[in-house]
Amino acid sequence: MIARRIRRGAVALLAATVAMPALAQTQAPADWAIVNARVAVGDGSAPIENGVVVARGGKIVAAGAGVAVPAGVRVIDAGGKWVTPGLVIAVTDLGLVDVGAVSESNDDDADKAVFNAALDVSVAIDPDAPPVAVSRAGGVTRAAVAPVAGNAIFAGQGAVIDLAASADPVTRARAFQYVELGERGASLAGGSRVAAQALLRNALREARELDRRAGLSAPGVAGGDPRMVQSVQGQATDTLLTRFDAAALVPVVTGRQPLYVHVDRAADIRATLALKREFPALRLIVVGAAEGWRVAGELAAAHVPVIATALTDLPGRFETLAATQSNIGRMKKAGVKVAIGNFYDGEQPRYAPQYAGNLVGVARVPGATGLTWGEALAAITSVPAEIIGEGDHFGSLKPGRAADVVVWDGDPLEVTSGVVAVYVDGVAQSLVNHQTRLRDRYRHPQEGSLPKAYQ
Amino acid sequence: MMRRMGRTAGHALAGLALVLGTSAGLAKAKDEKTAPAPAWNENPYPSTYRAYPGEPVAIVGATVFDGAGGRIDNGTVLVADGKVQAIGDAALAVPATYRRIDGAGKFVTPGVIDIHSHLGVYPSPGVDAHQDGNEMTSPTTPQVWAEHSVWPQDPGFSRALANGGVTTLQILPGSANLIGGRSVVLKNVPSRTVQGMKFPDAPYGMKMACGENPKRVYGAKGQMPSTRMGNFAVDRQTWIKAAEYKRKRDAGKLEERDLGMETLADVLAGKILVQNHCYRADEMAFVIDMAREFGYKVSAFHHAAEAYKIGDLLKQNDICAAVWADWWGFKMEAFDGIPENAALLQDAGVCVIIHSDDDYGIQRLNQEAAKAQGDGRRIGIAIPDEQVVRWFTLNPAKALGIDAKTGSLAAGKMGDVVLWNANPLSVYARPEKVWVDGALLYDSLDPKRRPVSDFELGLPGEGDVK
Repeated sequence: MIARRIRRGAVALLAATVAMPALAQTQAPADWAIVNARVAVGDGSAPIENGVVVARGGKIVAAGAGVAVPAGVRVIDAGGKWVTPGLVIAVTDLGLVDVGAVSESNDDDADKAVFNAALDVSVAIDPDAPPVAVSRAGGVTRAAVAPVAGNAIFAGQGAVIDLAASADPVTRARAFQYVELGERGASLAGGSRVAAQALLRNALREARELDRRAGLSAPGVAGGDPRMVQSVQGQATDTLLTRFDAAALVPVVTGRQPLYVHVDRAADIRATLALKREFPALRLIVVGAAEGWRVAGELAAAHVPVIATALTDLPGRFETLAATQSNIGRMKKAGVKVAIGNFYDGEQPRYAPQYAGNLVGVARVPGATGLTWGEALAAITSVPAEIIGEGDHFGSLKPGRAADVVVWDGDPLEVTSGVVAVYVDGVAQSLVNHQTRLRDRYRHPQEGSLPKAYQ
Repeated sequence: MMRRMGRTAGHALAGLALVLGTSAGLAKAKDEKTAPAPAWNENPYPSTYRAYPGEPVAIVGATVFDGAGGRIDNGTVLVADGKVQAIGDAALAVPATYRRIDGAGKFVTPGVIDIHSHLGVYPSPGVDAHQDGNEMTSPTTPQVWAEHSVWPQDPGFSRALANGGVTTLQILPGSANLIGGRSVVLKNVPSRTVQGMKFPDAPYGMKMACGENPKRVYGAKGQMPSTRMGNFAVDRQTWIKAAEYKRKRDAGKLEERDLGMETLADVLAGKILVQNHCYRADEMAFVIDMAREFGYKVSAFHHAAEAYKIGDLLKQNDICAAVWADWWGFKMEAFDGIPENAALLQDAGVCVIIHSDDDYGIQRLNQEAAKAQGDGRRIGIAIPDEQVVRWFTLNPAKALGIDAKTGSLAAGKMGDVVLWNANPLSVYARPEKVWVDGALLYDSLDPKRRPVSDFELGLPGEGDVK
């Protein structure tokens, strides 16, 4: 297929040098250097002309201008094309869903489940779910996968994954807990935010009590999974939570596991920040924050990072009345660490560059606040990586980070651009998926001497 | 309209009467020996829209995409008296009475048209009290008119104007029903009433839906249709009744008016355009046959995720494909959607439309078109910018039956114009100014030219950039 595209002239020089190895399936990481590239490190800085990216053993060794190519590594000529870190998506249902509306293929929520906080998505992530391959072909290399709240304010525990074509996508299980405290949380809690706030406090109290009685937060307990502690100790008599759920919240209340709180309106964000007064160890991350710009100073002062949607500008709910596309720009300006995120169902992770690009466009509208190009790329690479606690491992082309690299045929934030090659941990990835196979089969719709099914 | 009607109307006289806005209608009207008098008002909720005042403007020095596939570098666009007066290159003389707007480095297109929107019928905020888009009480509801559900204070209209440059949009009933009801075409102007937004003399559309939605909604109620074969059976049975109704109406033998049958008969008469939600190629092929069976025409297939599989069939039957750039996989019938859909269709000679079906997508139809352009380029289908712009201007105007009035920058057409601060096929571009019938209704440089709906007054975020 690739060869045919080249003959049509659609893919230039780079295809011959970069796209071909992309056909290779999972292998040990090769050592390579991409040269003659426009390199964007992903840390907020501007792109570097005529840059070089060197990877060894699956890690970035160096990236930038004037980087020497070590002897013995394979040299890939990018032909002036763009090179960025792989996209990092926080948060998403990637790997939990085959087709959103096909409920039997969908593991993102469990509205009839017995458990809630104890739910752990890492055991159900499917690297073969069709959206994984489609997202990979769109330049997505890492994601924080979060469950969706189904029957309680606690959705459960999320996981960090990579999108390499491999059998073991989960790189960190039980990376965070996810809770709903806005309109959705009110509904799940029994009908009001009042109930949601009481449920949350009780749950954290029960977790703290369980920990005090059973010592679940001691280092090394049950392989880091306090749910699995075999003990008859610890359960108080007035509990609302199952022991499994309460144990899952011990790392939250003791600050070993971050708590992602989905809230949008300014008052709910303030109420969330106020939790720290009662539960000082909580490591809060706000998800959503459609009105975050109205409390940006408070978020910044509390050092609470935000995973926001980029372009929410409608009062779709009463909790998003003040939504504006300037939200992320204003929060960033106030000193909040803010990533573009929240990719569920129809919001495909591969749209991240378009959303980031829009925030650069917003910056050019009089009176609006957006991001610089470098900040916008960082908002879908290094910043989400930092927020999910992986900034030292991936998300930028700084030395020592995983060699997750995407080569683009144009400005990666521009809607007309596309992905030419993807590397995860230095390994070139296949970009073939259900959509590319259909595309190639139906390049000309008429059937030939045999039906399309033979093509 | 005349052309379509000539092909489908039973006989010329009936067609003429319909065009004149009269009807041979109810049986009692038949007694009048000469020209049949109108038995009822065929336009009971007429447009009251009037163009707002605008000064004559000359946009000079911009790159002009005229919507019809033309491109003029360093172009001049003259708008006055609500109309496009002329477009041309730098040699076009600018009358002294025109205010000159420097368009250097900027781009001009016709106002953007969205053929598939639910603004107003599913407005923001999306609370239960606002769920007015699907009359989910019967699988066929041709008697409902979307305009009666439109809330003109939906803040989504202003976002579509300011961020998307949308000047015209079709509001459709939802897709829960096989036959969802009449659509309405609106000018994107703030108004106290829906009548004040109605596009003057635009033909009505009628929403139909194939596939998963109707069979799911009614199957869950334990009634027909619960399968795709049930979908077609209910459709066909309904068309049989409609044909009989129309036969009686044409003969002046109606005994009782039936609102639903009236709409269906007007579809059969070619007066009302069918806008058909249909994802799968095999179902579109059946709909094409069903339309032939009963003598109507499908104007456009909407959400045509698999249209690329049958580009030849769509071209033969002169049916537009209204598509998203790359929505995919959210439901079973969207599983074979591909980002190259629009480009493959363009390559096959099909009338391509980029539509939104979404209060956010409508703010970025230009970007969606650009994505599809890029995806085409990567498989060797190069489509020039000026052709891509047609996907969200003249092509939807054609499928709405308003292409003689808007959709391109031609002398005498409505002064629906967008001045973009960069190439609209770039993610970085935004409308700088938007004119509707020559009136400046959005100006990014002037906060006073930014509409704020009643709903937003006195609430957080009122009047903010959005």
